[in-house]
Amino acid sequence: MAANNNAQQSEIRYLNPVTVDVRKKKYCRFKKAGIKYVDYKDPEFLKKFLNEQGKILPRRLTGTSQKFQKKVAQAVKRARHLAILPFVTDLMK
Amino acid sequence: MNNYESVFIATPVLSDQQLEELFGKFRGVITENGGQIVNEEAWGVRKLAYPIQKKTTGYYFLLEFTGEGSLVDILETQYRRDERVIRFLTFRQDKYAVEYSEKRRNKLAGKTTEKKEEE
Repeated sequence: MAANNNAQQSEIRYLNPVTVDVRKKKYCRFKKAGIKYVDYKDPEFLKKFLNEQGKILPRRLTGTSQKFQKKVAQAVKRARHLAILPFVTDLMK
Repeated sequence: MNNYESVFIATPVLSDQQLEELFGKFRGVITENGGQIVNEEAWGVRKLAYPIQKKTTGYYFLLEFTGEGSLVDILETQYRRDERVIRFLTFRQDKYAVEYSEKRRNKLAGKTTEKKEEE
């Protein structure tokens, strides 16, 4: 059954070779740098995890592990509470 | 005896003497109720990311202390009663936070010029 599937697939001619982009392996920068605690008092460091509107970037983009994503989210929310970071803004960077 | 870290923002319209007295008042609240202050910092007037009570700047204070859980409730009721304090945040430090704040304190105290790397 699988054999003839492959046969049918191979008959399909692509105009140009299908380009699979080689994806850079994402890594958790906290594990790599050995950072254990995300400080909410330092906006510059936290801004790396926010987009232009000031929203927290999802893990799939930043590649951080769940444990540290929670710490980052907690730190960002504390910074927002203390008006160190804005809740919503435009063109923050 | 847990480690706590508390930051509060005072209205910028106060004079230096009033600010000092305000800071001393909360220092007293902690020491009277069996707490022990580990570190205290005044960050001075900083621009707020969004206006709080129609004000765009605020005077930030940081207090790190050890004490019982009940001490935090007392401290927070004092914060709520005092209308000069426009915002406050208190939380319990886990062991990584304690380690980080110590490192940060040594660095600030040491006044080393190299960049404060994020630990």
